[in-house]
Amino acid sequence: MGMTLVQVVVSGLLLGAVYSLFSSGLTLIWGMMNVVNFAHGDFVMLGMYTAVVVWTALGGGPWASVPVAAILIATLGIVSYFLLVRHIMRGPMLAQILGTFGLALFLRYGALWIFGANFKTLPDDLVGHSFIVGGIRFEGARVLAGLVGLAVTLLLHFILTRTSVGSRMLAVSEDAVAAQLMGIRPQRMQALAWGLAGAATGIAGALIATFFYTSPTVGETLSIVAFVTVALGGFGSVLGALVAGLLIGVIESLSAFLIGPVYKDVIVYTVFVLVLWFRPQGLMGKA
Amino acid sequence: MSKIVRRTFTAGAAASVLSLGLPAAAQQQTVKIGVIYPLSGNAASAGTHAKIAAELGADLINNGNPELAKLLPLAKGGGLPGLKGAKIELVIADNQGTPAAGQNQTLRLITQEKVAAVMGSYQSGITQTASAVAEKYGIPFLTPESTAADLTERGFKWFFRTTPIATNFAKAYSDFLKEQKAAGQKTDKIAIVYENTEYGKSTFTAIADLFAKEGHTVGLQVPYSANSTDVQPQVLQLKEKNPDVVIFISYTSDAILYAKTMKELNWKPAILMADDAGFNDAAFVKAMGSQVEGLISRSAFAPGKPGSIAAICDELYKKKSGGDGLDDGSARGLQGFLVLADAINRAGSTDPAKIREALVATDMGPEQMVAGYNGVKFDSKGQNTLGSSLIIQMRNGQYVPVWPKAKATAELILPYKGWPQ
Repeated sequence: MGMTLVQVVVSGLLLGAVYSLFSSGLTLIWGMMNVVNFAHGDFVMLGMYTAVVVWTALGGGPWASVPVAAILIATLGIVSYFLLVRHIMRGPMLAQILGTFGLALFLRYGALWIFGANFKTLPDDLVGHSFIVGGIRFEGARVLAGLVGLAVTLLLHFILTRTSVGSRMLAVSEDAVAAQLMGIRPQRMQALAWGLAGAATGIAGALIATFFYTSPTVGETLSIVAFVTVALGGFGSVLGALVAGLLIGVIESLSAFLIGPVYKDVIVYTVFVLVLWFRPQGLMGKA
Repeated sequence: MSKIVRRTFTAGAAASVLSLGLPAAAQQQTVKIGVIYPLSGNAASAGTHAKIAAELGADLINNGNPELAKLLPLAKGGGLPGLKGAKIELVIADNQGTPAAGQNQTLRLITQEKVAAVMGSYQSGITQTASAVAEKYGIPFLTPESTAADLTERGFKWFFRTTPIATNFAKAYSDFLKEQKAAGQKTDKIAIVYENTEYGKSTFTAIADLFAKEGHTVGLQVPYSANSTDVQPQVLQLKEKNPDVVIFISYTSDAILYAKTMKELNWKPAILMADDAGFNDAAFVKAMGSQVEGLISRSAFAPGKPGSIAAICDELYKKKSGGDGLDDGSARGLQGFLVLADAINRAGSTDPAKIREALVATDMGPEQMVAGYNGVKFDSKGQNTLGSSLIIQMRNGQYVPVWPKAKATAELILPYKGWPQ
């Protein structure tokens, strides 16, 4: 029992790292522009299909598909910003919600049309086999995704807090007009935020595809957790998403193992509600 | 224009329409059949395969196939003879994988599209809500594949089911396991993992009840919510308890995750069984087939000898789907459609009450079957009494029938192998 329990916690941490990776792009967009991107899950889905296509067409593993997905989804993010988001940001909150939600449906059913409804999977030795440390099994693909997730999250945090580009992006998010008076071009910064978030999201998708199935609706399956992660961590806080992701992963795994898989969502959402009760801004969000 | 000339003209026009298979002229009657399946959502791959099966069925009746016409009278082409050659028009609807959409879409098919009958809807939980609408409006509803036992226990008058149901499968599993036990396999500890909607719950209950009566011990039951993001805790639970036999009752996305996670965590039981559904979906077989060598499932379909109805339909289906052959789900779908079409033909009318009467009177023999049933004949609850199933096993990425011996084409191999070492 003891050993299995450690394995459950490890599995939960690795799962949580993936949730953080999945959520970092979403929280960045929120923090930068106060827009909830409902198409986020579908951006991840396209990152996953990028990995599938890179593998089936070119035989390339994650070393090839991660950069390709980062560039493609970053481009998609920037294009979405200029064609759609820039315009709906001037409208009421409802327009923003419906706008990105419409984008989500467009991408989802576009994928259904192009790739078909079938589930695709990548060969599971693409990243390397699982290995055993101290009696605990680690799956290569999940470890890679977890580590890269950690690195990407920390890198985003670094860019936002320690670089001049980051400061300019934060300035635009705090007060776009004041930032403009200081010689910052808000639209350029916002497009950059969408590009950065897109790149992180593309990386997430390409890595998740190495151990999860890929289908047009997979973004929908995963994105509920992403929204919980972001809200729990604090909207806009990249580090918060990391902590919240790990927390949710471990709570999910432990409760599914000890109490039963049908109850795990009840427990996760109870913790979620309790945290928001006492800290409405989330674990690491600014009040 | 004289009468004679006009008659020749219309007859000629009708003949040219029939022979060229052009869209029917305005005066020619068509029969609308509503087809509702999950075309989006997580069961979209299974739903799409079932939809193609219905399209193949309509194509056989409208345009015919000379080879098949020798075996199946309805496949002569030229529409339904009982309705003066009326063509079948399918009205396809998407149940979106939710019971609410299944209900709304069925309502649309009946009230706006005015279909004569409805078939569908794959997930038992959705068939439940969809068929309730048809019942209310007095329109025949036929499910070719939803197996939850309760569906035919609701006292519905307009509901028909061609597939065998959970209690039949439970009996097959029990007999199969008894035989394996007699042959020296360990079957003492049995675990059942099931998704907790209508399909999974009712199938679990049917199996657990019968197993208790027949002396099998179900030592561990693991219900879970479908469309999981992660199944590691479930597999670790199995690993900890280490049962001899595991039976999975799951849809496709979860089936893929279970197969992947069992490999990741390096655990396998001596006998791994699945109750059809996700584990038989063409998408699962394609994605995971090589990783689950020796997996046991059930199927109502075996390709059969060349020249048989099943074999010809398999070929035609491959052409239509772009590669995937008939499998258990699509074969049962096609079978259900043909039963419905046959009833409408015998009814000689699009009047729902007449179609219902014809369905009640259905009596088809094994020689007319695409699926491996012994025929189709409904009891007073609308359940087909002649359905049957075989046990199949995954070999080199393909399912082959292994039990009962009379229908087997390969020898059963135990224990479960799983992934290549």
